[in-house]
Amino acid sequence: MSNLRFSKDHEWIRLDGATGTVGITDYAQNALGDVVFVEPPEAGRELNRGDEAGVIESVKAASEVYAPVGGTVIAGNEALAENPALVNADPLGEGWIFTITLSDPGELDGLMDEAAYQSYVEGLA
Amino acid sequence: MRYLPLDAQDRRAMLEAIGVASVDELFCDVPREAILDGPVDLPGHQGEQEVLRHLRDLAGRNLPTSAAPSFLGAGAYRHFIPASVEYLLSRGEFLTAYTPYQPEISQGTLQALFEFQTQTAMLTGMEVANASLYDGSTAAAEAVLMARRITRRKKIVLSGRLHPHYAQTIATMTRYTGENILAAPASIEGAEDLAGMIDDETACVVVQNPDFFGAVGDLSALAAAAHDQGALLIVVVTEALSLGAIRPPGDMGADIVAGEGQSFGNPLSYGGPYLGLFATRQRYVRQMPGRLVGQTVDADGRRGYVLTLSTREQHIRREKATSNICTNSGLCALAFCIHLTLLGEAGLRRLATLNHEAAITLAAAIDRLAGAEVVTKAFFNEFAVRLSRPAGAVVEALAARGVLAGVPAARLLPGAGQMETILLVAANETQTSEDRAALLAGLEEVLS
Repeated sequence: MSNLRFSKDHEWIRLDGATGTVGITDYAQNALGDVVFVEPPEAGRELNRGDEAGVIESVKAASEVYAPVGGTVIAGNEALAENPALVNADPLGEGWIFTITLSDPGELDGLMDEAAYQSYVEGLA
Repeated sequence: MRYLPLDAQDRRAMLEAIGVASVDELFCDVPREAILDGPVDLPGHQGEQEVLRHLRDLAGRNLPTSAAPSFLGAGAYRHFIPASVEYLLSRGEFLTAYTPYQPEISQGTLQALFEFQTQTAMLTGMEVANASLYDGSTAAAEAVLMARRITRRKKIVLSGRLHPHYAQTIATMTRYTGENILAAPASIEGAEDLAGMIDDETACVVVQNPDFFGAVGDLSALAAAAHDQGALLIVVVTEALSLGAIRPPGDMGADIVAGEGQSFGNPLSYGGPYLGLFATRQRYVRQMPGRLVGQTVDADGRRGYVLTLSTREQHIRREKATSNICTNSGLCALAFCIHLTLLGEAGLRRLATLNHEAAITLAAAIDRLAGAEVVTKAFFNEFAVRLSRPAGAVVEALAARGVLAGVPAARLLPGAGQMETILLVAANETQTSEDRAALLAGLEEVLS
């Protein structure tokens, strides 16, 4: 899990070469409750770090998904259109939201590793 | 809570508390010359009967469409409204205060709005319609904003044959949001090359059908041209009854339909309140503005209606909402729904046919007059006529003869070229052969 990084907005990114896969954390999906709709960014969209990349609606709220790093969107997770509950069931796996080609891999240094994120989340309680 | 006016003592106490000697001192920043010297020059008070008599005298100076042969249209259309519409409108089942947030006490209103949405979607040939917007022009502006959200582009192409009020509303609502509006010139003859104005930065092209001059056209090629560039086609309909006779925008590739629904169940009423129709494709429903009623089941499996997809709206998403004009025109939408329900599908087609036939008869008769030429070749119930004299003067002259001859195009398009002599004439089922004869005789007299 050493290639996983986390943002303070509760997104995760997993790096595989120059490609990152982005989703929301288990803490985030638990806070949102049952997810009923996900709007991932469309392929080809240019995002800066912190840009609004998509929207997640749960039975409780509608929330934005922010880009943890800048880059170009490769694809949104099409499986979420049929089955948005994947975000609840498997947030770090099949519930991924989009893939991105990083414009500056150095931006990963601004994110937390798993241990740092764990203590960050514990601090929120 | 009681509302009692202040007496002199209250006023004195308040002025003392803030340290001012008189109320006038509070206005010391207003320039001297702008302050009225002495009381306003108004007549003294009158009793209720006197006031009524005075207002009746004032109203008597109007020439209302109900009291004269009327051929007015240009975005607001007179049609016969059966008395049953108003009777049903005032039934208790529909008496819900304001927005039906509480479905358990609002099933009547919610079901009617659900039916209204279904009717609007069927009329426009679209997949989903909302519970109405403020009016046709704001619906058109909302459609432009929606196209911008979907495409993430800012260039807007407007047909020059879009109702000028709609173009102005779009301009007003996008004034501070950075849209770049490209409007084709208002011209009445020849074909518009809107497709040539679309490029890969265009969010949408807005076109009206029937257009401002009454012309009906096939929009399929324009839809294809827009889609080729990743732009959306927005179709505006100002005469909803036309959808009972002509091909609906949805069948011609429209992505959003924005329309005025006044024609069904709602009187002209000096221009309002009216209701905006708004319909789109299912895939864009999350970007749609306005209230949306959905059908569901309750805990016992019984059918019920609720407001749905509310996360688009400002009471959930605030500044991220798809629109900040969140009120639908509930009562007007209900009148629309009742009138259309009473007509039924066959009745709608019959009414549309009557209107079209009346227009054909009228256009042929006007075209035979010396000094009048019908310019619109393919129309539904409204067409443009070129006169040998300025249309405004002709309309005034006919009004003096007790006939409302139509709307001079230059009134809505001041400064546009070659509009001075253009008169917009609308036919409908309320006009009798005597009405038509009065118009023709008046025109003949004035134009000769």
